[in-house]
Amino acid sequence: MFSFVAKRLLGAVPTLFVIITIAFFMIRLAPGGPFDSERAVPAEIQENLNRVYHLDQPLIGQYWLYLKSVLEGNFGPSFSYKDYSVTELIWDGFPVSMELGLTAVFLAVIIGGGLGSLAALKQNRTADYTIMTAAMTGITIPNFVMAPLLTLVLGVYLRVLPVGGWGNGHELKYKILPVVALALPQIAYVSRLTRGSMVEVLRSNFIRTARAKGLSEWLTVTRHAARAAFLPVVSYLGPACAGIITGSVVIEQIFSIPGIGRYFIQGALNRDYTLVMGVVIFYGVLIILFNLLVDVLYGVLDPKLAHR
Amino acid sequence: MRGKISMLRTRAAFGLGMAFALLTMTSSLALAQDAGQVLRLGNGSEPQTLDPQISENVQDSNIERDLYEGLVLIDKDGKVAPGQAESWTISPDGLTYTFKLRAGLKWSDGTPLTSEDFVYSWQRAIDPATGSKYSFLYYPIKNAEDIANAVNKDVKSLGVRAVDPQTFEVTLKAPTGYFIRLIAHARFLPVNKAVIAKYGNQFTRAGNLVTNGAFMLKDWTPQSRIVVVKNPNYWDAANVKLSEVDYFPIENQNEELKRYRAGELDVTNDVPADQVDFIRKDLPGELKIVPYLGSYYMGFNLTQPPFKDNLKLREALSLVIDREAIVTKILKTGEQPAYSWVPPGIAGYQSQMVDWKDLSMPERIAKAKELYKEAGYGPDKPLNLEIMYNTSENHKKVMIALASMMKQALGVNVTLINQEFKVFLETRKEKKVTQLFRAGWIADYADPNTFAELLQSEVPLNDMGYDNPEYDKLVKTAAVTVDPQQRIQMLQDAEKLVVRDLPMMPIYDYVNKRMVKPYVVGFDQNILGYFYSKNVSIAKH
Repeated sequence: MFSFVAKRLLGAVPTLFVIITIAFFMIRLAPGGPFDSERAVPAEIQENLNRVYHLDQPLIGQYWLYLKSVLEGNFGPSFSYKDYSVTELIWDGFPVSMELGLTAVFLAVIIGGGLGSLAALKQNRTADYTIMTAAMTGITIPNFVMAPLLTLVLGVYLRVLPVGGWGNGHELKYKILPVVALALPQIAYVSRLTRGSMVEVLRSNFIRTARAKGLSEWLTVTRHAARAAFLPVVSYLGPACAGIITGSVVIEQIFSIPGIGRYFIQGALNRDYTLVMGVVIFYGVLIILFNLLVDVLYGVLDPKLAHR
Repeated sequence: MRGKISMLRTRAAFGLGMAFALLTMTSSLALAQDAGQVLRLGNGSEPQTLDPQISENVQDSNIERDLYEGLVLIDKDGKVAPGQAESWTISPDGLTYTFKLRAGLKWSDGTPLTSEDFVYSWQRAIDPATGSKYSFLYYPIKNAEDIANAVNKDVKSLGVRAVDPQTFEVTLKAPTGYFIRLIAHARFLPVNKAVIAKYGNQFTRAGNLVTNGAFMLKDWTPQSRIVVVKNPNYWDAANVKLSEVDYFPIENQNEELKRYRAGELDVTNDVPADQVDFIRKDLPGELKIVPYLGSYYMGFNLTQPPFKDNLKLREALSLVIDREAIVTKILKTGEQPAYSWVPPGIAGYQSQMVDWKDLSMPERIAKAKELYKEAGYGPDKPLNLEIMYNTSENHKKVMIALASMMKQALGVNVTLINQEFKVFLETRKEKKVTQLFRAGWIADYADPNTFAELLQSEVPLNDMGYDNPEYDKLVKTAAVTVDPQQRIQMLQDAEKLVVRDLPMMPIYDYVNKRMVKPYVVGFDQNILGYFYSKNVSIAKH
């Protein structure tokens, strides 16, 4: 197991290098620069700005400079949030995005997995149809419709929860609505995935054997069927997790949450080269880590794979 | 058996969870209202920086005007008022300004503020090593341009001097009639040398930042909120009623309105256009609209066909735009139809209108049809036109209206092209493929010069490619004219040339629109969009 993990981590280095290189040159190819605005400035001031931010050097030189500073763990200063470094922005925002994201994923697994299994056990009966209709609705209603609806009803009309904001970061009331809005489509998706694979697993031979030897239905499902049925959920959740915990642009904007999700889009729109690079590298690392985690979990869940 | 127990456990956990949820809900009911003299403001997006010399954006400057105070302010009527300077004199040749600072001025940490602080801050702004984008605002000061150009490497040679701790003297390159209004801009606010020396580029952090305004920084959580509290060392602290101002960066206007309706904000930054009908009906009296010195216009690319050397065509297109319909049917928030380059509202200046302003729409269209024909176009040979704008739903609505007005009146075939903002700016600057394009201009200071200078032939902002030596000469001469009457006359003459040559068609003049709770007293935005929270108080409610 250890050598497997070590090998995979080593293999991640060239992948990251390629990501950094492509991202660096792609964002530089986009027309416009970080200092462009409706207010165009005299040429000499543009030059002064470029010099201060090392944009006056040839591109390849800037690339080496950037690689060097990344190796030192320094993502450089942000062009659009000038009082902060990119590293600071990511480290300040990531815990917030992660807290929301992990809670949502947790809810998705527990509720979605539970509902999906229930639907599979009651296949083609009322419970199944109800859950699957609800799930389909959950998948088709996008976040940017659900979240404003939730805030309108619970925040504006009933005034039981705040519409947005983050308070001091430790107050539960600010977190409920964003977590619910973030979790709902995931719950829906996971429940459909679980149901599909559970239905299939319940028909397989080893379940028939379990039933034949007189095991109670509860144990058959929890001990044997669930493990196998969760495999597709795990392979979905791995990469999805990386996406969810790095923050949702929509949710963060709607609820004014200080996460890092919005930096992906704002960084690109502002031509904030260092911020874009920072979040891309960070996201890349997370994707690699979560894919690795999925593979390790697969080994745990599926004995066939562990022996290979 | 085991199954039953776990079921019971699940139920218990569920019950607990519900109880917990109910508990948090009731506790948040109590949160509703009242925090005394605290103003909660929507402030658009996250500020780029709170370093006044580096800042570029409106949202930065809004906060900076509360944290710092410059030599002069612009009051709610758009007039210059004393700030840190209690009085000033101008030499007869218009070249030397002498400011007398108030006695006993202090920074928020209690250390004295002297004229040396202004010398330091202004030198810092023009120093190329600072990287201040707006440092060109300092160009009227002696040697400023040469320092920015690195022709002159001595930052200390900038025309500013501390005569004594309470007297600050500025020497200009040439008499600049608008100089006193210019320095009310947030780029001229003073910064504290000691904290910059100590903390470097981290000097704006809460805990580090030392300022001289009515408020001081208490907390800054990026993308969440900025909290400032009353500065006891401010010279007029006795008259500052608010104890705290919270600025919230909320980009989505619909969400901002919801937080306002839920009682989480006292003042919004903007108002979503599609909610205006609802607001007027259900929240009457809370929508505050004031003029904003800015122009929304369409630029003609004068360096390429079809608009190059074709005044008649430009005039024909401008004539058929029903500006009244655009402001009342599309925008709906009190914007004013524009017929001049400089928006009306600058004290002492008469904006120059196009001569057909008072014609009715049918008369204008009749005139436009003639001009269109004379320009060589007609039903058999319609103009194929590309209108370019930066991607935005609001712009799109206006562009569609323009296109249909041109099509209906003249039969022009319009193609709408939108580009992402920075790409659009680049395309516009190149002047190669643009024909008719969207643009906007917001005044930097309350003087017609901020509009006039933009259309000079060598200015990088002139994406129309307008090149009229007569115009250039008038604007340049006005800039160095001491006599205020003469100067204004020259700028008015220059604007007459603009409305004659039509390098652009003005569409409407901007307004500032906000939701303001009835209990917020003294929240006045002037024509530049400035407000000072030190004048605000919260009434009992």
